[in-house]
Amino acid sequence: MHITIDPKKLPEPVMQRSAGYWQTVGRRFLQEKVAVAAALVVLVLLVLAIFGPWLAPMDPYQSSMLKRLKPIGFPGHPFGTDELGRDMLTRLIVGTRLSLFIGITPVICAFVIGSFIGITAGYTGGWVNTGMMRTIDVFYAFPSVLLAIALSGTLGAGITNSLISLTIVFIPPIARVAESVTTQIRGRDFVDAARASGAGAFTIVRVHVLGNVLGPVFVYATSLIAVSMILASGLSFLGLGVKPPEPEWGLMLNTLRTAIYTQPWIAALPGAMIFITSIAFNLLADGLRSAMEIKQ
Amino acid sequence: MLVFLWRRLVYTLPIMLGVALVCFALVHLAPGDPLVSILPPDASAELQATLKELYGFNRSYPEQFVSWVWRAVQGDLGTSIASNRPVFSEVMKAVGNTLRLAMLATLIGFLFGCLFGFVAGYFQNSWLDKVASLTSVLGVSVPHYWLGMVLVIVFSSILMWLPPGGAGPGGSSDWTWDWEHFKHMLLPAITMSVIPMGIISRTLRALVADILAQEFIVGLRAKGLTDVGIFMHVIKNAAPTALAVMGLQLGYLLGGSILIETVFSWPGTGSLLNAAIFQRDLPLLQGTILVLAMFFVVLNLIVDVVQTLLDPRISRS
Repeated sequence: MHITIDPKKLPEPVMQRSAGYWQTVGRRFLQEKVAVAAALVVLVLLVLAIFGPWLAPMDPYQSSMLKRLKPIGFPGHPFGTDELGRDMLTRLIVGTRLSLFIGITPVICAFVIGSFIGITAGYTGGWVNTGMMRTIDVFYAFPSVLLAIALSGTLGAGITNSLISLTIVFIPPIARVAESVTTQIRGRDFVDAARASGAGAFTIVRVHVLGNVLGPVFVYATSLIAVSMILASGLSFLGLGVKPPEPEWGLMLNTLRTAIYTQPWIAALPGAMIFITSIAFNLLADGLRSAMEIKQ
Repeated sequence: MLVFLWRRLVYTLPIMLGVALVCFALVHLAPGDPLVSILPPDASAELQATLKELYGFNRSYPEQFVSWVWRAVQGDLGTSIASNRPVFSEVMKAVGNTLRLAMLATLIGFLFGCLFGFVAGYFQNSWLDKVASLTSVLGVSVPHYWLGMVLVIVFSSILMWLPPGGAGPGGSSDWTWDWEHFKHMLLPAITMSVIPMGIISRTLRALVADILAQEFIVGLRAKGLTDVGIFMHVIKNAAPTALAVMGLQLGYLLGGSILIETVFSWPGTGSLLNAAIFQRDLPLLQGTILVLAMFFVVLNLIVDVVQTLLDPRISRS
């Protein structure tokens, strides 16, 4: 038997549902000017990352021996040229895609794997939890920069290896947050009620745990993107990540280091892009956190 | 209290063993033969076998691990493949240089971080708070290797006040207490101090605001205590956490100095790691990482113990 409710027949007050959780979060987020501004900057960066190659005025690989290291404002090159005479503005724009890719991908991978580990450990409890979390503790015993460099240093230079090492760096902190939130949720009454009503472990995790855990973990992961951007470009800066001649901010910073006495401000430009991106993601994460009322 | 300390100590041992295992695994994770950097391309099979035996690469992994840990405990981290010198002495010399830099950086970061954090927490939501909070966001967001370059551009290239790199005049890598050596330390230390400054000020802002919102503060005010008196109470309550964060930051800086050391050609563990990676000198790489990670673990232990001594409430929870 189906119970059908015709919304037209319901009295008025029932129709006016109270604002949902996400609506409230959205409204609170929009009230914070700084966070909205940060979100706009992130949006612009994403547009540059997707459409960069079509927006850029020139070919990012086109070098010219005659126009090497021209200053900012040089005719035809508003941001000057790099050490091989390539247009800086073009390379900064086109470089957005690779820089964001190597910075964000590890956090997404770590978010998936770390949440899985943390929720499994937190929901199972007992010796499984102890075993998993102690293993995580071992990786926690390394400062993150050291672990990232040690891993990509031994695996060898290259984008894939730098993505793998950064993912490994970010799994432990994310797993820890997921584990502690899951442990809290597991002790709540509605989980007991679900269990008493005969729901299996998988159903409880899918319906009750995931919905409550992924939000806070997602916000935490957003705050890691800034760190990840700095680390990923740092690996390229050391020569462990992206290889030349690909345009990527960290690598550009590396190859322009020799120019800091001749064209200092051009050498500093790629780093400014990393800085702006990292500030925007940090402020965005802060805004999300306070809009969702998560204390960390 | 003693029970807590004992438990904390016992808990540290498996972590140390785990850290050693990760460092050991690094070498075997690496693609290619660990001896490839010293073997001539046309090396005979006989020479390869002899070298393998010399470095112990021919035995089983558990065997190698046990003997490696056993020798490491005695201070023998093997021989650097590239320079043929003992890894331990190379690492220790570099650790001294990095520690000096990291300590100065932590000190600068702690002082300014406390200042900004206290001001922001005390005058919450005022313009002072906004400025201090902005500074801390900038501090945690800045790619420090880029900041280092910018400081070199401003203070070495344009103003010519400070040297752009190295640990002392004429490329000396040893420390003496004079102005010349201190000048070389200044730019890298300031660059490094930005991260702990941001983190300490963020932590302290939240902490001070939390403490001020507690009921005992209202009680103290009702009792007629002056602002200075209340301030002392806030400091006393915030000190254990502030010191703990400072200790952990020192550990992060020790391990994370590689990028800054590369920018400033500072002869520390970062430069050593960099050289080890690009020369594929695996024993040196393994040894440096092990020593840095152990420093971090021990520092964590010390921080926990000191924090418990300062604030006995922790050991009971």
